[in-house]
Amino acid sequence: MQFFGGSEISPSPPVPTASGNNGHMIYMFNRNGVCLLYREWNPPLRTLNAQQDHKLMFGLLFSLKSLTVKMDPTSAEKGNLGVPQLPGQGCSFHSFRTNTYKLSFMESPSGIKIILVTHPRTGDLWDSLKYIYNLYVEYVVKNPLYTPGSPIRCQLFNTTLDQYMRGIA
Amino acid sequence: MAAAIYSLYIINKSGGLIYYKDYGSAGRMDTNDSLRVASLWHSMHAISQQLSPVSGCLGIELLQADTFDLHCYQSLTGTKFFVVCEPGTQHMESLLKYIYELYTDYVLKNPFYEMEMPIRCELFDINLTQAVQKDRVAFLGR
Repeated sequence: MQFFGGSEISPSPPVPTASGNNGHMIYMFNRNGVCLLYREWNPPLRTLNAQQDHKLMFGLLFSLKSLTVKMDPTSAEKGNLGVPQLPGQGCSFHSFRTNTYKLSFMESPSGIKIILVTHPRTGDLWDSLKYIYNLYVEYVVKNPLYTPGSPIRCQLFNTTLDQYMRGIA
Repeated sequence: MAAAIYSLYIINKSGGLIYYKDYGSAGRMDTNDSLRVASLWHSMHAISQQLSPVSGCLGIELLQADTFDLHCYQSLTGTKFFVVCEPGTQHMESLLKYIYELYTDYVLKNPFYEMEMPIRCELFDINLTQAVQKDRVAFLGR
C-alpha cells in the first residue's frame, strides 16, 4: 500500500472521477476515536444526534477493520477477532458501497482516519483521500495553534476543503 | 491458478451462520471463527443502514479491501448470501442471485429442512459446487 508518494500538496488536485452532485459528508478521526472533523455538503437525513453518529461510525470502522483482517483469504496467520490492529497491520478495507451511498476510507500510518460518504456510483477516491490528508498536514498539523487530538477549527483548512469538494462534486 | 471465489457464507435473518463453504483460501476458518465472522457481518450490515445519509438504505452490497472483495446479497426475507472473492471479480451479483435460486429450490422446498437451521441438503451442495465450478472455468477461459 503506497502511502508516502509525495509529501507536499500537488499543484493540481486529482481529476474528478464522476460528475454530478457527489459530496455528501466527510469524517476525520484520530487513533483514539476523537472526531477531528465532520462536514457535510448536501443536506443529509440525520436520524441520530451528532455524538451518537460519530461513535457509531468509529465503531463500524473498527469492527470492519477487524473483520477484514480475520477474513483475509491470503494470510494464514491471524490473531483472534477483535484484537486491535496497528495502522497498516493486516488487510484493511478501503471502501464499501450500499444502494444509497458509498463510503471511502483511508487510514494514515499515524492512525488518522479519513472517511468520505458519497453517491453510490462514485469511482475510486483513494487519490482524493490522499489529497485531503495532505491538506490536513499543510493546514492543520503545521498550524502552531492547533493541539493534536482536538477537533479541527482551522478556517483555512475548511475553506480549502470546501473548495476542493465542490470541485470534485 | 487461484480460484476467483475464496469462500461463500449464508446467514439467516437473525445473523446465525447456516452455510459456509471454503473454496481454497489460505485463511480457512474453523467453525467458531466462521460463526463469529458471520455474526459480525450481520451487525455491520445493520449499522451501515443506520449511517446512510438518505433513507431507504438496504445495507452493504460490496466491500472492497486490499486483498479481497466481498459481495453481499440480501433477500427480501433478510437471508444474506455473501461471497469473498479476488479483487475485481465480475458478475458476483448474478452468481449470488443464482445461489439464492438454488437455495429456494433445494433447501426451502425440502420438507425435512428446518427454517433458520444449518443447511444439510446434499442436492444443494452438488448444484452449488457445479455453479461455482462453472464460474471458475469461465474465468480461466478468459
